Amino acid sequence: MNNNGTSLPRHTITALVEDRPGVLNRVSSMFRRRGFNIASLAVGHSEEPGRSRMTFVVEGDDRVVEQVTKHLHKLIDVIKVTEISDENVVSRELALIKVKADAQSRSEIIQIVDIFRAKIVGVAPDTLIIEVTGDGDKLESLLGLLKPFGVIEVMRTGTIVMERWTGSMHGDGGTRPRKQRSTTSLANIWGEPSSV
Amino acid sequence: MKLNGSQLLCEALIREGVDVIFGLPGGAILPLYQTLPQFPQLRHILVRHEQGSAHAADGYARVTGKPGVCWATSGPGATNLVTGIATAQMDSVPIVVVTGQVSRASIGTDAFQETDITGITLPITKHNYLVMHASDIPRIVKESFHIASTGRPGPVLIDVPKDVQNEVVEYEESTFDEMYAKVELDLPGYKPTMEGHPSQIKKAVQLIAESKRPVILAGHGVIFSGAYDELRELAEKAQIPVITTLLGISSFPETHVLSVGMPGMHGMAYASLAIEEADLLIALGMRFDDRITGKPSAFARKSKKIHVDIDPSEIGKNIPVDVPIVGDLKRVLVKLNKLVQPATHSEWVQRIEELKREHPSMDIRETDKLLPQFVIKSLCDVTEGKAFIVTGVGQHQMWAAQHYTYTEPRSFVSSGGSGAMGFEVPGAMGAQVGRPDRVVWSVAGDGGFQMTMCELATLVENKIPVKFAIVNNNVLGMVRQWQDIFYKRSFVATRYTANPDFVKLADAFGMLGIRVTQKSQVKAAIQQAMDYDGPAIVDFVVEEDENVYPMIPAGQTINELIEEPRPQEARRR
Repeated sequence: MNNNGTSLPRHTITALVEDRPGVLNRVSSMFRRRGFNIASLAVGHSEEPGRSRMTFVVEGDDRVVEQVTKHLHKLIDVIKVTEISDENVVSRELALIKVKADAQSRSEIIQIVDIFRAKIVGVAPDTLIIEVTGDGDKLESLLGLLKPFGVIEVMRTGTIVMERWTGSMHGDGGTRPRKQRSTTSLANIWGEPSSV
Repeated sequence: MKLNGSQLLCEALIREGVDVIFGLPGGAILPLYQTLPQFPQLRHILVRHEQGSAHAADGYARVTGKPGVCWATSGPGATNLVTGIATAQMDSVPIVVVTGQVSRASIGTDAFQETDITGITLPITKHNYLVMHASDIPRIVKESFHIASTGRPGPVLIDVPKDVQNEVVEYEESTFDEMYAKVELDLPGYKPTMEGHPSQIKKAVQLIAESKRPVILAGHGVIFSGAYDELRELAEKAQIPVITTLLGISSFPETHVLSVGMPGMHGMAYASLAIEEADLLIALGMRFDDRITGKPSAFARKSKKIHVDIDPSEIGKNIPVDVPIVGDLKRVLVKLNKLVQPATHSEWVQRIEELKREHPSMDIRETDKLLPQFVIKSLCDVTEGKAFIVTGVGQHQMWAAQHYTYTEPRSFVSSGGSGAMGFEVPGAMGAQVGRPDRVVWSVAGDGGFQMTMCELATLVENKIPVKFAIVNNNVLGMVRQWQDIFYKRSFVATRYTANPDFVKLADAFGMLGIRVTQKSQVKAAIQQAMDYDGPAIVDFVVEEDENVYPMIPAGQTINELIEEPRPQEARRR
C-alpha cells in the first residue's frame, strides 16, 4: 500500500548472489537508499555451493521494477537477476500460526486445517500451532478463517518462487517455454558484456 | 617466497601502476607504514587530514585517468575519508582507498579506534572489502583496481586488519611477479557491457538522420572513456551543436564553433534554450542530473532522446529515453560515427548563434569594481586557457565554469554531484601531483578554502606548486545568493566577519601571498603567482553582492530563467 491507501502492483524478482558476509546488507542497503519498497525478502542457499538465491517481492510500477533489477545488477556480488512474471510459476510461503483452541473449537479448527492441507505441528491444552505452506493468498484466507478463534502469534517466511520449466532461473540449461520479461530481455539495449 | 600482508599490499599496488599514495598514519595501519621504506617506488605524501588524502586521490584520478590511491588508519582516520569517498562515488571517479582495521580478534568488540568502515562506506563505494586473510590481498587488490577503473568507474575500499598486515604468507613461486600474474579475478557478477547493441546504434543513427535540430549533451563519461576525438568527429560530421554538463566541461573544445557551453541551473541561457528547442537530444555519458533538467516532467519536451551510458541503471532513471544504448562511450561512438551520415543543420546552427546573440548573459558588466567574473576571465587570459583548473563548490565554481575557456580534456576538475566544499585545496594538490608538467590553479571560495586549508602545509612540504585564486567575498556566496533570491534577503549565517588575512596565512605556511583589490592589479598578480617557484595564494577581494546569473531556480523550468540581476539588486550596485 502506498500513502494514498491504494495498493501498488507487486513484482517478484530473484537474484543469484555470492554467499559472502555482508551481501544481504549490500542488497538491503541498496533498496533502502533508493527508496524501493520490499514487500517480502527470502534468502537461502542455492543448488550451487557458495551461492545463495534471494527472492524479492517489490511493490511499484514497471519503472520501479526496471530500476530495481538494474541496481541489483550493479552490485558486484550479484551474479544474475531475473524478474518473474506471475504466470507459470510456483510461489510458496510458509507460516506458523498459533491459535487459541479449547475443547469446543479444536475439532472445527482441525477441519479448517485439513481443508487447507495444512498441518498441526504443536498441541497444548489451550492452543494449536499450525504449519501452512502456499502462496500469499492461501495463507491470508486461512488466517482469516482462524481469526475468530483468536490468533496469538504468526510467523511467516518471505515468498520463494520457481518457474515451471526445465532449466534453472539463473542457469543456462533447459529451454524457457515463453518469452520472459526479465533482465535478459534488456539485452535488446545491452550489447555484449565484456570482461574488459 | 615469504611475504607479510603489508608487503603483499605494496607489491600489488606497484603492479597496478601506483606511484603515489596520499595518507596519514595511525596505530591500525602502522605495520603497512613500517614496510614503506622497502618500496621507494611508492611516493607517500603525508597529508594533514584524511579528507585531504581522499580528495587528493580523487583530483589525481581526474587529471590522469588512473585510479588515485589514499590510505588511513582505522576509526577516525577512516571516517575522515568519507566525504572524499562520497565525492568520488557521485562523480564516478576511480580511487582505491586502503584503511587499517583493528586486529581480527578485536573486530566487533568496540576496540580502540574500531569503526565498521565497510558498513559505513557501503552506499558510497562501488565495492568494498574486509580482508580476513593476508593470502587474499593480491586478489583483492587486483579486483579493486579492476572494479574501480572499468565500467562506470568509482571508489573501492579495502579494510585491512592490523594482524592481517603482519600475517606472513608463504608461496611456492619465487617472485611476487610470478605469483601476481597467476592471480585470477573472481568476479562472476561483474561484467560491464562495453559494446553498444548494434540495432540500438542503428536506431540512433536513424534518429540523427531524421532530426532537424539535434544537440549533444556531453558529460563526464566522455572524459572517462577517452572519447574526446570521437565526440568531436560526431559533432563535426553531422554538424551537431555540443552542450556540456558541468563535469562534461573540457570534453569538447569550448573554442569550437559548435560549442554551446553548459546548460541548467547556472548554465548559459542559450544552452538551456537550445535544449528546449531541440528535436533530438543525444546524451553521452551524462545522467540527467537535476541541476541540468530542473523539473524533469518539463525538460526538453519537444525532443526525442538517445542516451548512451555504460551504467544501465542510469538509463530511464530520471528522464525517459527513446533509444537507450548501454556501452563504453568511446566504442559506441566509433561505431556510430561510421554509420552517421554527414549533415549540415545550418538553420539550426544559425538559430543557436541567434540565441547566443539574444542572450548575452555571459558578458561581464562594465564597472570599475573588482568583479569575480573578471578575475576568472583574466585568469583565462593570463594562462592562455592552458591551466588545469580545480574548483571548490559555490559561486566561484560556477564562474570558473562560465568564464574560463577550456579546450583540453581533463582541464576542469570540480566536485559536481556531491558539491563538496573543501575540495579545492586537496583536489588541486592531487591534480598537480598527477600533472606536474602543467600549471594548476585552484579557484577557491573563501568558505571552502578554510575547510581544508591545513593541506597548504602539505603543498609546501612536498613542493607542490599549486596556485590559488581565492574569490574572496567574505560570505558563503551561493547560500547567500539563495537567501537573497528565495528568502527575501534574510541573510542568516552566511557572512564571515573574521576571515583570516590570507596573505599573512600564505606567509605563515611558507607560500607566496598577494592581495588584489583593484581591477588593474589582477593580471600582474596572476602572472606573479605563476612566476613564483612554489605554491602561491592570490586573495582577490571581490564584490560581495555579486550573484551568479543566469539562474533557473531548483526544480523549475526554463520559463523561470532569471537572466539578469533583479531591479532591487541592480540598485544596490
